[in-house]
Amino acid sequence: MLGSELSDLNIEISELVEKHGNGRQSLLPILQEIQKRHGHISGHAQQEVARLLDIHPVEVNGVVSFYAFLKTGIRAKYNIRLCKTISCELANKASIAKTLERELGIKFGEVTKDERYSLEYINCLGMCDQGPAMLINNEVYTSLTPHKVIEILDNLK
Amino acid sequence: MPILNKPIVFAKENFGDGFEKGLKMKPIDIVLAVRESGLKGRGGAGFPTGTKWMLAATATAEKKFIVCNADEGEPGTFKDRVLLTEFTEQVLKGIILCGYAIGSQVGYIYLRGEYDYMVNQINSAIQKLKNENKLGKNILGKDFDFDIELRLGSGAYVCGEESALIESLEGNRGEPRNRPPYPVNTGFMGYPTVVNNVETLATVPAILNLGSDWYRNIGTDKSRGSKLISVSGDVEFPGVYEIPFGTKIKDMLELVGAKDTKAIQIGGASGTCISAKELNRNLSFEDLPTGGSIIVFNNSRNMLKILKNFMEFFVEESCGQCTPCRIGNKKLLDGVNMIEKGECSVAYLKELLSLGETMRITSKCGLGQSSPNPFISILTTFGDEILATY
Ligand SMILES: Cc1cc2nc3c(=O)[nH]c(=O)nc-3n(C[C@H](O)[C@H](O)[C@H](O)COP(=O)(O)O)c2cc1C
Ligand code: SF4
Repeated sequence: MLGSELSDLNIEISELVEKHGNGRQSLLPILQEIQKRHGHISGHAQQEVARLLDIHPVEVNGVVSFYAFLKTGIRAKYNIRLCKTISCELANKASIAKTLERELGIKFGEVTKDERYSLEYINCLGMCDQGPAMLINNEVYTSLTPHKVIEILDNLK
Repeated sequence: MPILNKPIVFAKENFGDGFEKGLKMKPIDIVLAVRESGLKGRGGAGFPTGTKWMLAATATAEKKFIVCNADEGEPGTFKDRVLLTEFTEQVLKGIILCGYAIGSQVGYIYLRGEYDYMVNQINSAIQKLKNENKLGKNILGKDFDFDIELRLGSGAYVCGEESALIESLEGNRGEPRNRPPYPVNTGFMGYPTVVNNVETLATVPAILNLGSDWYRNIGTDKSRGSKLISVSGDVEFPGVYEIPFGTKIKDMLELVGAKDTKAIQIGGASGTCISAKELNRNLSFEDLPTGGSIIVFNNSRNMLKILKNFMEFFVEESCGQCTPCRIGNKKLLDGVNMIEKGECSVAYLKELLSLGETMRITSKCGLGQSSPNPFISILTTFGDEILATY
């Protein structure tokens, strides 16, 4: 990263700390917001948060590594997460998984070369009455069919 | 999507001016009314709500907190999602009433990260109550200040467990604490904290509006009132239903349009699997308790595949803090895979079942204590079918 980008990130983080406060209980909201804006929380961001909250960077990393939604690696523009828990499984999530893999040309756990799409499984989304369900970033899509998935992907372009 | 059948408690008219009535009462009288109603926690464990509130109300502390548990991570459960969408204001009012009753000034809603898309709706409902002076300073002219803050989870099922939830609110890894001490004694930042499920809190304004006796008379002697049930799986009409406690499985299946049913998972992944032959059993704390999830399986389903899905869930969601749960769930999942390949001896299967019993007793929190439930119940009830290929 360029020096100027780093200092931009530092400014952004100090604004977030200003907004949420510098107590330990603000750690998660701050990390969640960084995650939402950047798609991941870089090592540098973790250190900067630690510095401003006056806690050890290992503490921050311990929190980041605990929560499934907080990521350290760069993620794609569209992070697609398909629910794999029982009710979606019964509602034929397998056909959706197959469609996603075919259309994106990647397997679950992978990112497309152009970093536009990443594909993951997720546990119960609470959409069990409208399965199969998936999230694209924070948006929820329900009652999926292979056709519907193709349409949704088309509309992302 | 609203509640699909005729509601019992969750009809808008039942809430009337329960909130205003409550704020005219003495705080302790609210606690007594809730205790009288027989309301028990709807998050799964079923602890009497009035008793919990009484413990918090009588505690002397500089600060007290309330946490509305909207983590709703149990597979097959989505009734809190419906409540937070359709009855947002009643949920908030329940939190405020609890605050008034126990003498707290701050409530948190811990909303699962998966429900991030609801944030705006909930925040605007909070704003609306502020504009109406039902939240904030000197609520409805009384000497009572209260604020509600919305906090998000980040994709960890275990954070629904109340002590893990508090750890998470404090900015830590969501690892459950030893209990006791219970949150009501030593909770958020070490202060007395009432943690209640969304449904538990939302019920309170209706109880205050129509009275404890009205509520007590619904349901059974040991399970007063009604329960929201999220129904999914092989049914014609999936969705949320409100039923009186004591409703028979038979009637439930009919209501949701279940045909050719083989098995029913009650209480989500951590619940129990029963055979569809057990039609006369009923939904209640005394027979089949549930935090609100029912998943129906028809005769085309392979029970071992279902069990595998549950065990994979627990292996992923165990926080890893204690050995029985961290290793035990892996062993149970390995066992399922061995059965699938026809490689699990019956003697080893027996050992795994007894490992499950050990996990129930020795795990630190409810996750590890209940994760063997599907393993034990599915292999006990459907063992013959599963081992038929042996
Ligand atoms: C692994 C685990 C997950 C839980 N998840 C939830 C949840 O999502 N929502 C909830 O209300 N209670 C959940 N609970 C139960 C809570 O620990 C706690 O008992 C409950 O929030 C108390 O509220 P109640 O008395 O109103 O039910 C969970 C418990 C365990 C062990
Ligand atoms: S039982 Fe499981 S989830 Fe609970 S503390 Fe132990 S390892 Fe963590």
